[in-house]
Amino acid sequence: MSTLYSSMIEWIDKRFPLTSNWKAHLSEYYAPKNFNFWYYFGSLALLVLVNQLLTGIFLTMNYKPDASQAFASVEYIMRDVDFGWLIRYMHSTGASMFFVVVYLHMFRGMMYGSYRKPRELLWLVGMAIFFVLMSLAFTGYILPWGQMSYWGAQVIVSMFGAIPVIGDTLTQWILGDFTLSDAALNRFFAYHVVTLPVLLVVLVFVHVLALHEVGSNNPDGIEIKANKNPKTGIPVDGIPFHPYYSVKDIVGVVVFLMVFCGIIFFAPEMGGYFLEFNNFIPANTLQTPDHIAPVWYFTPYYSMLRAVTVNFLWIDAKLWGVILMAASVVVFCFLPWLDRSPVKSIRYKGPYFKIALTLFVISFFVLGWLGTKSPTPLYTLLAQIFTVIYFAFFVLMPWYSKIDKTKPEPKRVQK
Amino acid sequence: MKKIKILAIILCMAPLSLFAAGSGVELDKALIDTNDQASIQRGAKTFVNYCLTCHGASFMRYNRHRDIGLSNEEILDQLVYTGQKSGDLMVSAMRKKEGEGWFGVVPPDLSVIARSRGADWLYSYLRAFYRDEATTTGWNNLVFDRAAMPHVLYQLQGEQKLVVKGSGKDETKNLILEKPGMMMAVEYDRYVADLANYLVYIGEPHAKKREEIGIMVMIFLLGMLVLAYALKHEYWRDIH
Repeated sequence: MSTLYSSMIEWIDKRFPLTSNWKAHLSEYYAPKNFNFWYYFGSLALLVLVNQLLTGIFLTMNYKPDASQAFASVEYIMRDVDFGWLIRYMHSTGASMFFVVVYLHMFRGMMYGSYRKPRELLWLVGMAIFFVLMSLAFTGYILPWGQMSYWGAQVIVSMFGAIPVIGDTLTQWILGDFTLSDAALNRFFAYHVVTLPVLLVVLVFVHVLALHEVGSNNPDGIEIKANKNPKTGIPVDGIPFHPYYSVKDIVGVVVFLMVFCGIIFFAPEMGGYFLEFNNFIPANTLQTPDHIAPVWYFTPYYSMLRAVTVNFLWIDAKLWGVILMAASVVVFCFLPWLDRSPVKSIRYKGPYFKIALTLFVISFFVLGWLGTKSPTPLYTLLAQIFTVIYFAFFVLMPWYSKIDKTKPEPKRVQK
Repeated sequence: MKKIKILAIILCMAPLSLFAAGSGVELDKALIDTNDQASIQRGAKTFVNYCLTCHGASFMRYNRHRDIGLSNEEILDQLVYTGQKSGDLMVSAMRKKEGEGWFGVVPPDLSVIARSRGADWLYSYLRAFYRDEATTTGWNNLVFDRAAMPHVLYQLQGEQKLVVKGSGKDETKNLILEKPGMMMAVEYDRYVADLANYLVYIGEPHAKKREEIGIMVMIFLLGMLVLAYALKHEYWRDIH
């Protein structure tokens, strides 16, 4: 048996780099041994991606991208397709949970300075994944063709209209019609099930390749490759990803699945945050809902979009809102060059960084909460204040990270 | 059925009255038990008798009612009045154009109404009709101002009158029963709660099954967690 097995592997290895890749990426990929709670979310994001791809395929089999049939076809899936309700809830909950794990994954990077040299490209590929994910979420949310699908998309599409000169033409080009209609639903469906998933899978592959080139960061923010065993050439603080982290990640996966299944089976609407109540009303092109709120993962940016209320310079308020909203996401890309601290990890950074990061997290949550509310003068003022704090975290970083009182980094990773 | 048709004909003249948003009235809690099959069955009968004439539940199939304890014969006998088959969708007998002509708006499909409005809203709404000569139907609603729908159940509940006391911030609006109907207030509340229960049921017919499977899944995952942790613990013994 074992000779048959090894001769088979040998046969393959002569034709395909199986063993060498298995070693390079799993059994001899050395990861720091001090990963903590925050290091589960990368593999969990991969799990959710697979979940979205698989459930998405099955949804496509019964969904109809037709403005007059889309809403009914979703309810057909919910009622008449065997376990269609489960597949659909797995997909809708997966969408929200994708953002949960990706936000936590990004926050981990911000805490431990994972974007710093030599991981700038890794971070940028990650940001590209985030942009594709946002596009996927947007195009996917349109598909059920409920009131929130329609009017939420209307808000997003109208942002393109704010671009000077080419705005209207661009909007028509995107929609394939003068208004949001069947033509747009069809093309957004195409983007959602073909273009964007393919792009996402490729980017995730590149992300993992980039990671395995530079190696994983860790909660201490020190390079384990700087301290190798002279005999073996293996980092002394590194352990093979497989079996150590593969078995550890299984524990994370099971805990995650308990949360995930808890939502799917007991609270699939998640109080109107994962599936908005108004989206159970079919899209009505003649009736604007009183209150349009995007799904929770877009609400911080939506708050910033609405925060600008005055025309400034020669640009009007609406365009400023769009610029600010775009900037609020793109600004993450500059983190590797904004951070001037001599250390990477929050463990050794000084009080300025800790205060700045705390304020940033608070502003992210407050902006997110405000984005679910109808604007009032007080809420708009709050949104403006927290938008300033949000951007101050990035804009002032070169200054406060430089003058901050840091602690010396250890030579070896800590427990 | 007949009464509603007569009522609908009277309403032919009803001009535009669009569905406006609900006012800020405090809703009453609908005391419903989604495990109470008898209540859902009663609601189903009310639904096909009163609602289905104008409103469809067109994502719902008649034979789905086997889930709430009805046999195929009972379904055909008690719920299907229009000569449809038990596997058919519960579509309204009224054509869309007619609805628009009679009410100014096509009566919405009610398949998932409970998922957008919630049981409390439906329960409160169905109890909040009052006489209002200023509207084209002669009815208004405290929960849904200028609702296009007249009070279909008025013979059961009776006719209510709006009493407004105070003004400005102290303004209170109350409904009092002017002409009693065939039911006592308590009976009518129960009757409407059953209907709300049914609407919640058709909003997501698999909800009960979902929770049942969910419990099994959670038990399985708990077992998995023990095994996964033991495996991790075993492998990580030699890491210090």
